[in-house]
Amino acid sequence: MSLEGKVALVTGASRGIGAAIADTLAASGAIVVGTATSASGADAISARMQEKGLKGEGMALNVTDAESVAGVLAAIQEKYGAVQILVNNAGITKDNLLMRMSEDEWFDVINTNLSAIYRLSKACLRGMMKARWGRIVNISSIVGQMGNAGQTNYSATKAGVMGFSRSLAKEVGSRNITVNSVAPGFIDTDMTKVLPEEQKKAMFDNIPLGRFGQPEEIAGVVKFLCSADGGYVTGETIHVNGGLYMC
Amino acid sequence: MSSSIEERVKKIVAEQLGVKEEEVKNEASFVEDLGADSLDTVELVMALEEEFETEIPDEEAEKITTVQLAINYINENLA
Repeated sequence: MSLEGKVALVTGASRGIGAAIADTLAASGAIVVGTATSASGADAISARMQEKGLKGEGMALNVTDAESVAGVLAAIQEKYGAVQILVNNAGITKDNLLMRMSEDEWFDVINTNLSAIYRLSKACLRGMMKARWGRIVNISSIVGQMGNAGQTNYSATKAGVMGFSRSLAKEVGSRNITVNSVAPGFIDTDMTKVLPEEQKKAMFDNIPLGRFGQPEEIAGVVKFLCSADGGYVTGETIHVNGGLYMC
Repeated sequence: MSSSIEERVKKIVAEQLGVKEEEVKNEASFVEDLGADSLDTVELVMALEEEFETEIPDEEAEKITTVQLAINYINENLA
């Protein structure tokens, strides 16, 4: 299996895209620590992985808290060794028109979606540099490229993720560490389930493939970037959106 | 540990930067004399932290630009 024995950390692995990424990497042989914001969420990840016979477990992590990040990384280091694959997936939305957007709505999204990537990448790089091997995959969004009314905060973070990835890719490329973004379009998850039917229908009309994507279709691209096959791809944003947006 | 701090620092510098130990003079600058790039200097500090089991804060690490400054830092903070 292509990721045999690699230690992977996937944030936001309770459900949706993160869950699919965690399970797909583990199915490829990686030892995966998937994080959730609560202890019960972490237990559910452990149970899910155990049920599927996958190596790894869930751990509780607050990506906006530096101490929580340090604690989880220390726990992983002790139990499994240094993190070799980091997938920054945890993200939230707090949609509002800019004219009505509160400071909290702005900063909560910035902290969770963007500052967490700074925190986690920095914390994991030490081990990757020593190993002269590492993979960082940041989950961006089509909204970071196209924009979306009501999501100035979210799209700012998702565009930020792409720029972050390109800069870090240049910093650490010489150490055989790749840094890429994957930008999903509309994927069938809890985050898109809340969209009004009318809006969904209007979207289908604009998606050449005529459907929402499945979380596994994002996970497959992440797996590719983490595997040896993706070893020469860095600083790239891979759009996975059924053709809704073409660069 | 039988070797002196100076010897240990020089050994790590030579290993990390891929230079011969005799090139690692006290006054040598990592970047200008020993060919390190900025990322090499970050890794060098990481290696020093591990060798001497200490944590060097970022603002201090940035000031360690020569072999002698590294030796001084270790002497002052670990002696």
